[in-house]
Amino acid sequence: MRIAIGPSGSRAPQRSAPAPPAANGLPPSWPPCQWRRAVLRQDGGARPPRRRKGRGLSAGVRWRRRRRAGRTMLRASLRQVSAALKEGRVTPTELCQRCLALIKSTKFLNAYITVTEETALKQAEESEERYKRGQPLGILDGIPIAVKDNFNTAGIETTCASNMLKGYISPYNATVVQKLLDQGAVLLGKTNLDEFAMGSGSTDGVFGPVRNPWSYSKQYKEKSIPKSHSEDKEPDWVISGGSSGGSAAAVSSFTCFAALGSDTGGSTRNPAAHCGVVGLKPTYGLISRHGLIPLVNSMDVPGILTRCVDDAAVLLGSLAGHDPKDSTTIQDDFKPFELPNLTDVSKLSIGIPKEYHAPGLSSEILAFWSKAADLFKNAGAKVVEVSLPHTRYSIVCYHVLCTAEVASNMARFDGLEYGHRSDVKDSTESMYAATRREGFNDVVRGRILSGNYFLLKQNYEKYFVKAQKVRRLIASDFGKVFRSGVDILLTPTTLSDAAPYTEFIQEDNRTRSAQDDILTQAANMAGLPAINVPTALSERGLPVGLQFIGRSFQEKQLLTVAKWFEKQVQFPVIQLEEVKRHDSGVFQQQKSASFS
Amino acid sequence: MRVLSLGRWLRAGRVPPRGRVRLNSGHRHSGHRPQAPPQGPAQVPPRKVSVEVLDHLEHLALVDFRDSEGVERLQKAIQFADQLHEVNTDGVEPMDSVLEDRCLYLREDDVTEGNCTKELLENARETVEEYFVAPPGNIPLLKLEEQNTYLQGSK
Repeated sequence: MRIAIGPSGSRAPQRSAPAPPAANGLPPSWPPCQWRRAVLRQDGGARPPRRRKGRGLSAGVRWRRRRRAGRTMLRASLRQVSAALKEGRVTPTELCQRCLALIKSTKFLNAYITVTEETALKQAEESEERYKRGQPLGILDGIPIAVKDNFNTAGIETTCASNMLKGYISPYNATVVQKLLDQGAVLLGKTNLDEFAMGSGSTDGVFGPVRNPWSYSKQYKEKSIPKSHSEDKEPDWVISGGSSGGSAAAVSSFTCFAALGSDTGGSTRNPAAHCGVVGLKPTYGLISRHGLIPLVNSMDVPGILTRCVDDAAVLLGSLAGHDPKDSTTIQDDFKPFELPNLTDVSKLSIGIPKEYHAPGLSSEILAFWSKAADLFKNAGAKVVEVSLPHTRYSIVCYHVLCTAEVASNMARFDGLEYGHRSDVKDSTESMYAATRREGFNDVVRGRILSGNYFLLKQNYEKYFVKAQKVRRLIASDFGKVFRSGVDILLTPTTLSDAAPYTEFIQEDNRTRSAQDDILTQAANMAGLPAINVPTALSERGLPVGLQFIGRSFQEKQLLTVAKWFEKQVQFPVIQLEEVKRHDSGVFQQQKSASFS
Repeated sequence: MRVLSLGRWLRAGRVPPRGRVRLNSGHRHSGHRPQAPPQGPAQVPPRKVSVEVLDHLEHLALVDFRDSEGVERLQKAIQFADQLHEVNTDGVEPMDSVLEDRCLYLREDDVTEGNCTKELLENARETVEEYFVAPPGNIPLLKLEEQNTYLQGSK
């Protein structure tokens, strides 16, 4: 008579059985894997199951193990899952199906604008064929990836979360998307963002705001004060940060293993900090911007969002390199690298810029920042306080340069060759004006008008050229600090943990961006690489991250230090409960994700 | 964990003594703790923008202000940007790009792609044969007096 007993529960016995012994009744020296299939003897003891001779595991056991692997695989890192695919423990199609099912059940997060179900499954099947032949294209073959909706993707709607590009099907792939597809990655869909990547909360797109998956985590719910005892009360959800909020939410909620974002003023690192994932902003000029719908040409870079630093290095290795279609990419050879396991940090010099103790920085984050500095100090690194004197003007400078470049970049949207077109037919100019009035939201129009103001003949020297001069001062501040022997700068990423949505929308987009980008956009001004590493949970149970800024094109050093730090802090995994209920009618302007 | 020791730093304007500082855990750590934040930039009074300039901007940008909120947004943006004038930039060259020390990549003037007329025309709403169709040009936008927009109402 067989009864399966063990920590994971018991199956119904085939015949009536004596009452199981106390606890699990097994000798304490047995390993846990043996407990599950122990066989009870008549005398109340137990013996381990006899090994089947011959073929090893039965088909049923193999199937169950693959199902279990499929469930836990979603929480694994990119490298772990790639190894599992290679060994055949899970197939690309199963993985893709699991991710798509999870996307469906987490639809309330509104992380995705377009989910490309059919294309993804087709790519997964092709990948499976390659694995069967033993010829995978690389480490990314078969891995589900999501891409922010301001990257052009051939045959897939690219909207930038704007009415201006609703229904626009790109005729080509952005270089970074093409590189991912060439290596066999499975594109699950396009993620939600602020309209044209302008914003710091992912709340201003036409498809509605993105919800932070941590709003539904056990850690947040335990710490939040219940508003009422009613079961129906919607939890006070928090924003995911922006503007790549959809990508960060997608990675954080296990629907994909990596996602592409874009970073102009912190748009990758800010949502990474709020959603508890790793957000890497590479050096300007390392990764091609061809196909990325531009916001600020001199500061934009494609950003990488992953669950751990090793994965970010893998993705960087696949994407970096010169692109003839983007003349702002450097021509140096880029060699993909494997991150070493740093054990000795005594030769490292960490800089703590004192100006980053900005007004409004929460005491919690200040404490985490201090503890991180101590961590490096106690491990033997040299921790010095440094000064970047023009830090408090960097947000003003960014504001002027960003609006000026936006005014120029948004001029291409006239309705003639692509995108929304108004029905006004009186004249070309009136058609353009009407199209832009209908297509852009307040944020975009506000920035275009401000930018045009700063570019007026009478204001050009006073504002635009002045801002360019201040930019040089900011970049040279960083240059001075790095020349003085500092290797890496350690700063907070955000002023506080994620705010509740209802509180966030009290202020307008420009004010929020000015507040939230203050710690991140200086790295964009100077073109330096920066990474957010999730550090700890705040008192409210929400993630808090710290930022490392490195020297130009020294991503290997930056990522090595970030990996060491990540290992030290051991950031907890999000415990997402299954939330079956969809959000119903609270935000009417939300459009549900469309499935192609 | 006690945060009392840090409290005196967080009060604006107070700079803690240099050297060893007390951390919230009560242990003495030598290290560099971020000091209290400096005073914010001086508040410049908001500058009013004339209706003529607003109208000119609307013509240049081909987007409208729509309502008073739009105009306020611009005025706040200008007020914010005025803080730049506090910085001394004498003798500083403007910076266009962080890659200014490198040679820009220019490829050979050879045609490498094209023949994609069909794909490009697919995205346009109005086309005739292989042309994009535009309404008649060389007709300037209505002057402010003739418009029925917010700016006309505010004049």
